[in-house]
Amino acid sequence: MICFVIIVLYFLLAGFTYLAELCDWQVGPTRWAEEAGESYEPPSSKNIFGTDIFGQSVLRKTLYGTKISITVALFASFISITIGVPLGAIAGYFRGFVDEVIVWIYSTLSSIPYLLLIMAFAVVLRDKTLFGHKLTGITAVYLALGLTSWVGICRLIRGEVIKHRKREYVLAAMSYGCGDWRIISKHLIPNVFHIIIIDFSLRFVTFIHAEVILSFLGLGEAERPSWGAMIDDARIELSRGVWWQMAAATVAIFFISLALNIVGDALRDSLDPKLRIQ
Amino acid sequence: MTTYIIRRLLYIIPIVFGVLLLTFVLFTLVGGDISIEIAGKGATQETIDEIRKERGLNKPLFLSWDSQFINHFKNALTFDFGRSRDREPVIDKIKRGVGPSLALTVPMFFGVVIISVSLALIVAFVRGSIWDNLAVVICVAGMSIPYLSFILFGQYFLAYKWGFFPVFFSPDLTPAQYVTLPVLIGIVAGLGGSLRFYRTVMLDEMRSDYVRTAFAKGLSTRRVLFKHVLKNAMIPIITRVVLSIPFLFLGSLLLERFFGIPGLGYLMVEAIGSRDYFVINAMTFIWAILFVVFNVLTDVCYALVDPRISFE
Repeated sequence: MICFVIIVLYFLLAGFTYLAELCDWQVGPTRWAEEAGESYEPPSSKNIFGTDIFGQSVLRKTLYGTKISITVALFASFISITIGVPLGAIAGYFRGFVDEVIVWIYSTLSSIPYLLLIMAFAVVLRDKTLFGHKLTGITAVYLALGLTSWVGICRLIRGEVIKHRKREYVLAAMSYGCGDWRIISKHLIPNVFHIIIIDFSLRFVTFIHAEVILSFLGLGEAERPSWGAMIDDARIELSRGVWWQMAAATVAIFFISLALNIVGDALRDSLDPKLRIQ
Repeated sequence: MTTYIIRRLLYIIPIVFGVLLLTFVLFTLVGGDISIEIAGKGATQETIDEIRKERGLNKPLFLSWDSQFINHFKNALTFDFGRSRDREPVIDKIKRGVGPSLALTVPMFFGVVIISVSLALIVAFVRGSIWDNLAVVICVAGMSIPYLSFILFGQYFLAYKWGFFPVFFSPDLTPAQYVTLPVLIGIVAGLGGSLRFYRTVMLDEMRSDYVRTAFAKGLSTRRVLFKHVLKNAMIPIITRVVLSIPFLFLGSLLLERFFGIPGLGYLMVEAIGSRDYFVINAMTFIWAILFVVFNVLTDVCYALVDPRISFE
């Protein structure tokens, strides 16, 4: 329950940062690489997490990083679910040649190490134009994460649909004269929906960690702060004894991941008793 | 058995084809012609043309025996990946990186597997006790701390502040010197996830009838755990072990970046920084091949450890 509250809190923070930006409230500076105060001020009552090299409040940077991480994870999940669920359902329902092609595609993708694949996508997609939009660093990250991570959910859905396609309710729908697409969308997908929810909650953590690593490597958001970029800054700062930027990012990532891990497990236990972890 | 292995080996062909198709689409079709970028600002058209010619970028994409598409396949299958942006053959760079990378990942890999499997056996034995619960809490907490933070804190305290280990790689250190701390960090960071996984596997086994029988006939705990449970838990362990091999790459990539170890991960980070498609392409292909081969090996291992698996 507490974990659920933590997750909601993170989402609210992310939403608030959006709103603040949208309504142009002066909660955060718009130029992050500009002098804003004393450099490297240790945590105090004025700046709870201290300040960075430009004197920007680390607390604000952390909040902004929350927004970036949550957005990336949401978009990437959305992309991977929109690709993975239909493909998995189609493969499992029709079997035969379609199944073989889809399995071939995902076996190919999954034979390349996940992080390497994401990085290859992110590097290539960066600064490319897609439907008239120039892909900036962070959009390339959404796409790279989404386009590479649908494999897991696709495989799960396919397996589950194969189990379900000979069940009575599907046969009943068939004998009623339901079309294939109607059976898939109205009968099969709702019945395997719990898998989507479990996968979503567990994958969210992976996305957040992947985003941190990508921004750390300089593939993510370039101009605005993110947790990964904060850790990258901290790499140099630590030797000067500046630990607060590092600590703030770690704590922020730690709590959201912990909460998501626990909620994910709880969801799995209650929605899918077969997979229960004792 | 032989037919089984041959069939599994044949399965590699479509996957390799798929990987090559994917890298072609990514780096040639989507990535596009980067010769202008290589030539740099203010380069003349001749320089650009020369680079294109040298890298075969002036050839037609498809529909010719000498097209880029065919050459992409030909080059990859002969492990000839051309030259990187600094004109050194890519394959030489990769060969140079293999040694340091293996020095780092192999001990780390065995460390994680051995420690977490033994801990999992112990934890599974004391299941339900306070120690068990404590272990689970520590595991989940460990999984939630970002990998980067493990590395940074470890490097800062153990190497920089307290001076137990060298902070960075330097050529005059022996592998044992520069690799110890990264390996330790890798083991600690990887332990949470694997311990929790193996614990679940062991618990599933502990509840089986054969364990009760073994205890009932008066076997010692050690014998039951190591002789019966471990043997039966081998299948999920092997799957996990082999499937985590590609993740060694992630570990070594970040660790190598932090400690300046000139391995494959370091090479990859450099290539990302300079948008060196040639290196990234080669790495993607080689890792995919390794992964597929290891996958086939797992299936063979299954057959070896579990006589119930048929080769049909």
